Amino acid sequence: MNEFFVQNTEAIQKILSAYPAGNKRPAVMPLLYLAQRTNGFIQKKTLDEIAEILEITPTEVASIVGFYTLYHDEPGGRYHLQVCTDLPCALRGADRFLQDLCDNLGIKVGETTADGLITIEEVKCLAGCHHAPLFQVQGDGDISYHEDQTVDAAMQLIAELKKKAAEREGTNA
Amino acid sequence: MPKDITLTIDGQTVTAPAGTLVVDAAKRIGINIPVFCYHPKLEPVGMCRMCLVEIGRPVIDRTTNNPVFEADGKPKIQFGPKLETACTTPISEGMVVVGLSDKVKAARKDVLEFLLTSHPLDCPICDKGGECPLQNQTLEYGSADSRFLLDEKMRLSKHVPLGDLIFLDRERCIQCARCVRFQTEIVDDPVIGFYNRGRKLEIITDSQPGFDSIFSGNTTDICPVGALTTADFRFGARPWEMNNAASLCTHCPVGCNTTINVRREAKTGGNVSIKRIMPRQNETVNEIWMCDKGRFAYHFADSPDRLKNPLIRKGSELFQTTWTEALSAASEKIKQAGSGLVTLASGRLTNEDIYNLRKLTETQGGTFIGYSRMAGGEIVNRFGMLPGSNLGDLGKDSVIVVVSSDLHEEAPIWWLRVREAVKRGAVLISISIRPTRLDKIAAKTLRVEPGREALAVDAILTGDMADIVKQAKHLLVFYGSDGLGRKATGQLAAACARLLETSGHARRINSGLIPVWERGNTQGLWDMGAHPADQIVERIASARVLLVAGADPANDDPMMERALEKTEFLIVQDLFATATARKADIVFPVLAFTEREGTYTSGERRVQRFYPAVPAPEGLKADYEIAAEMGAELGLALESSAASLVFQQLAAEIPQYSGLTYPLLAKTSDQWPIVGRPDVYFGGTSYANRQGLGIHLPLLPLEDFEIPSGDLDMSLHPDAHELAVYPVTRLLDRGITVTTSPLLASRLAQADLFIHPATARKMFLNADMQVMLPVDGAAYPVRIVLDETVPEGAALIPRSAGVPIHEPQVAQVAPPVGDHASRVRS
Amino acid sequence: MSAYILYRHRDIPNLNQLDVYQKNGGFEAIKKAIKTMSPAAVLNEVKDSGLRGRGGAGFPTGMKWSFLPGNLWPHYVVANADESEPGTFKDREILESNPFQFLEGLMLAAYAVQANDAYIYLRGEFWQIARRLDTCIEELYAEGLLGDKLFGTKYSLRLHTHLGAGAYICGEETALLESIEGHLGQPRLRPPFPATFGLFGKPTVINNVETLTNLPPIIEKGAAWFKTLGTEKSPGVKIFSLSGCVNKPGNYELPLGTTFRELIFTHGGGIPDGRTIKAIMSAGASSVIVPADDRALDTPMDYESTQANLNAPLGSASVIILDDSVNMAWLVNKTVHFFRHESCGKCTPCREGTYWMSHLTRRIAAGEAAPDDIDLLNIVARQMQGKCLCALGEFSTMAVTSGIEKFRADFEKLVNH
Ligand SMILES: Cc1cc2nc3c(=O)[nH]c(=O)nc-3n(C[C@H](O)[C@H](O)[C@H](O)COP(=O)(O)O)c2cc1C
Ligand code: SF4
Ligand code: FES
Repeated sequence: MNEFFVQNTEAIQKILSAYPAGNKRPAVMPLLYLAQRTNGFIQKKTLDEIAEILEITPTEVASIVGFYTLYHDEPGGRYHLQVCTDLPCALRGADRFLQDLCDNLGIKVGETTADGLITIEEVKCLAGCHHAPLFQVQGDGDISYHEDQTVDAAMQLIAELKKKAAEREGTNA
Repeated sequence: MPKDITLTIDGQTVTAPAGTLVVDAAKRIGINIPVFCYHPKLEPVGMCRMCLVEIGRPVIDRTTNNPVFEADGKPKIQFGPKLETACTTPISEGMVVVGLSDKVKAARKDVLEFLLTSHPLDCPICDKGGECPLQNQTLEYGSADSRFLLDEKMRLSKHVPLGDLIFLDRERCIQCARCVRFQTEIVDDPVIGFYNRGRKLEIITDSQPGFDSIFSGNTTDICPVGALTTADFRFGARPWEMNNAASLCTHCPVGCNTTINVRREAKTGGNVSIKRIMPRQNETVNEIWMCDKGRFAYHFADSPDRLKNPLIRKGSELFQTTWTEALSAASEKIKQAGSGLVTLASGRLTNEDIYNLRKLTETQGGTFIGYSRMAGGEIVNRFGMLPGSNLGDLGKDSVIVVVSSDLHEEAPIWWLRVREAVKRGAVLISISIRPTRLDKIAAKTLRVEPGREALAVDAILTGDMADIVKQAKHLLVFYGSDGLGRKATGQLAAACARLLETSGHARRINSGLIPVWERGNTQGLWDMGAHPADQIVERIASARVLLVAGADPANDDPMMERALEKTEFLIVQDLFATATARKADIVFPVLAFTEREGTYTSGERRVQRFYPAVPAPEGLKADYEIAAEMGAELGLALESSAASLVFQQLAAEIPQYSGLTYPLLAKTSDQWPIVGRPDVYFGGTSYANRQGLGIHLPLLPLEDFEIPSGDLDMSLHPDAHELAVYPVTRLLDRGITVTTSPLLASRLAQADLFIHPATARKMFLNADMQVMLPVDGAAYPVRIVLDETVPEGAALIPRSAGVPIHEPQVAQVAPPVGDHASRVRS
Repeated sequence: MSAYILYRHRDIPNLNQLDVYQKNGGFEAIKKAIKTMSPAAVLNEVKDSGLRGRGGAGFPTGMKWSFLPGNLWPHYVVANADESEPGTFKDREILESNPFQFLEGLMLAAYAVQANDAYIYLRGEFWQIARRLDTCIEELYAEGLLGDKLFGTKYSLRLHTHLGAGAYICGEETALLESIEGHLGQPRLRPPFPATFGLFGKPTVINNVETLTNLPPIIEKGAAWFKTLGTEKSPGVKIFSLSGCVNKPGNYELPLGTTFRELIFTHGGGIPDGRTIKAIMSAGASSVIVPADDRALDTPMDYESTQANLNAPLGSASVIILDDSVNMAWLVNKTVHFFRHESCGKCTPCREGTYWMSHLTRRIAAGEAAPDDIDLLNIVARQMQGKCLCALGEFSTMAVTSGIEKFRADFEKLVNH
């Protein structure tokens, strides 16, 4: 049984309806987002289920996951905090900001905090160069921008994320 | 026919059909434009950038639409600012291609340097060394020293199993995507793909089992570097150390042309051994492809279990004996038997073998029987393809009907070629009792009740496809034995012939009937006069001498097994001590196809020749030789010294073969696309075919022939508590020629009984349950597998997978409790 | 009324709400077009306006539409909202703050080429924008501004958003199409061009968000009005994304032909910390590096002048300012790493060249390189030029060769440590 389909039938059918009838493959990216929203990353099982729904091979789905950087096929932190350090941002102190933020959290770029909450990543231009330093937070099925940042503001945000995560756990339990 | 276009390449004028790519036009005049990603069998992608050339086009005056001329009267040519890829640019009238300028040479050097920055340059230990386009290009365009720092090279894993059969060396991969494109475009198994991007692109597979495709071996041929290797050949030998012999694949009626590479080796005591089998280009048969069964299942020939001496029965045991003793004992018995001699010959034998065996049998007044589960050869010989036909010519305005055959499993290359024809516009009608891979490409799928296939064929010309079929220029019909017994296949063949005749396609070019025989040379059996017979069990039981060649009835059918007990005297010619051989009074060990020469006739009725790849082992003889030597003792003059001489005799006698000779069969001509010629090809492995394209047989005359008719409804009618069991064919069965190849072991068909879940519920059966399946008075343990594609009330069982079932039959399966199991075979 | 043409939200609060947009003349253009104009008339109006694509190449929009064959259907329109060029952030502001004008523009383009389905391809990072656009689109269906038989005519239109997932190459139009189709974002071979073989193999128009946002005012006010703005060959206004070493980075909607000097010093507030301007990149990370001399500063920013005066394309007009504290070898290391990260890997020169260059620039920037490495870097870049399958590979070499040519001293300072 295709659990992913059963759990998301309506959403999946809506996604498929945006593309020409009989052509399911274009739904692969939206479905991967849907999968990532539920688990935080794309599990092999879900990947196989997506392949089955779209009538393509798991390899073809895995290829998509591999090519596009916003998909994760390994569990990382609950939130991916992705700092832009591309040229325009770097000209406005983004490298420094990233370093300071990492020092504050006691982890290196690419690592996850011990509580599993935050993975810090370096990314390319986010189209917010005039508001550097900035980062986006990817997690809980959402991507949000946080511009004109300071390390203090970022640490405060992290504290809020922590609270939010705890609350969610609470309501889930 | 596309119109011809003339252009110049490096000063030489060349004319080629419109649509030809610059790179291919160049090959026609022997100019090699280097390529890596381009492959003439794949869609061009222009991604490696190795083939960059300067291209100029005549300047056209926009107002008059006439070409502009230079002062000297030559057309004015305009060159673009950038180099263009010869592999993606179609030729156009008056085009001027420059592939030898300094600019082009510099570009090749540049692109090559890029490719080599991350390449490990491990040619001395690479399997592709010696036949590697990258290596060859490097010799031509590469520079001696690297400007790239060694420690900045990508370091990647070198021994990545993509599955049991294919290994990947990630460092050697140059990301040309040939393998991925082959799997996607040609065989529709996109089970390998790219992961990541940029310099991190790497080949992955996510299928279960890994690289799950029956065509996977072909990727190792088209890989232009040593990144993909087969588990079989890997580290086996260096290409230049090997000799080669032209051969044929014997596993199915397609008759793929192959090359066998051999090498003399210390580990086999200085003997010559086979290192690999590769496709050999024959555009009318297998193009340049072959399936993994053909590529990997050849190890039966080097199996240590092969018979090495004649055996003779003394009491209850078989003992080694000499040829002299065995031959004279056998011929003595045959002489005594007279017309009590019955010979069973299978489509595993060559034409020469079958011919001599027939002569031997006939002169004694004996009965000569073709051992085959399919009928209809006499129809095929009159309604088959005309000489000059080619599956590759089918496309728009062609209809292909496939009935009762899962071509993908039974004759994989035909499946591939039908798919190519459909891509070119052919209309496919697929008729079967269950879904097969053909359905995906079929314009029309007719699902029929088991046993009513012939009726469905008869109904085509009154159904909704009638007009399309009638109006088609070509109509090709494949018939097989999926779920059918011998009689039913005969009726099916007749129905197909009626279809061809009524629609007006009979005996027309690129039209006709193709039988999906179960063996490589079943067609030869029919041609040589060995027809299957009724009442075979009785004939076996009552034979005074039974001569069995290339067959194992004791293993195929419990009734035949029991009948063999009654046979007075049994002579067997085989490679192995089969169940039948173990019952024999005399056993003759025979040469494998790799050790001798001969001819086979494919299902398309193309006679093809194969050559010895390794020296014949001491003490073994070819089947035709044994027949001739037995004959000699009986005073018969049969050829025993060379297959070519036997062939001369048979050609003199059998009308369709008249005029054929070994030299004619060895003839070749230019093939298009050029992929075989090593001088102008960067495909990697050489597919050169220098030893014969084979000859397509004429049809037998129609006079005095009537298409047989009869009861077309062959359906079974099981009671509520019974199942109708239908045998189906799997590519990788448990036949002796397959099980001896350990690489394929994990993919072999099992003794599984496939039933629909609804059937299972009704009969109180569950998935994975072990039950006893009664077949002709014996019972066999099978595992229940639930499969929604199986018709309700029916059960499918793979042939040659442990349960000897020849004909469809009604059976009452029982859970293995109490003593339902009347007789369990060990 | 607003002084802005594209960024009208800067004058009109809450323009991203449907009722506000409608109160301010929203959807009049599409109503006018569908009810009173033939598709060909819309196409001609756009052709006459001289509008050129704002996505980078500056190709005349009306002409692009006219390439679609009339005997092959369906047609598709795709809005390119991938906005991933470092230094470009103009489309995002439109999408966030003036989404309905963009959607109306997209509808006009679709009507002009008679497409019944249009897709908006957004970079994956624009997740929230996409969700808001989805809501906007829902509202339009509810209002009868989208859907079947619009305004009582036979014309039907549906809009769909499709999110990318972190790949700059998907801004390239054929890679974008591959991505919508569910494949790796790798560029296709051209020809065939999208106009004949585009999305799902059908004739397709691909336009940038800003290009499309220009359409409602053009249809409303006419081509003649549009041509009163900008220069003769580059009519209209353009949004300049100003970033880097400048006091007031941000988006500036100005007529094409405005000089660099005016953008940087009048609007952008000049260079911070009393530093001096050293160089300019006019089209994001893909640009050549132009020394900021008077000639450069006084060059009008339009498609012809920047090319003619500075040998630099205007591109998407993402102007990155570099002051005298910036070492160009450091800069080149940044851009090269960007392109190495974004190379799709399909063609050899780009895949291997960006990888190789990134090692060289890293070593140079880190002071670990040998003097020869500067020349080698230059050679590798030139070796890539003219050989790549798509423009990304070429883009990656622009800063490298111009940087070494114009600012070699910066490189030498780092290698002669
Ligand atoms: C590597 C590369 C990246 C591109 N990125 C974008 C982009 O992010 N947004 C965009 O509108 N156009 C981008 N383009 C340009 C598009 O390919 C295309 O020319 C444009 O969308 C056409 O729209 P226009 O005619 O309205 O400008 C890019 C081109 C290349 C080669
Ligand atoms: S230049 Fe080549 S590798 Fe680079 S992005 Fe374009 S196609 Fe891909
Ligand atoms: S680009 Fe032409 S062969 Fe690869």
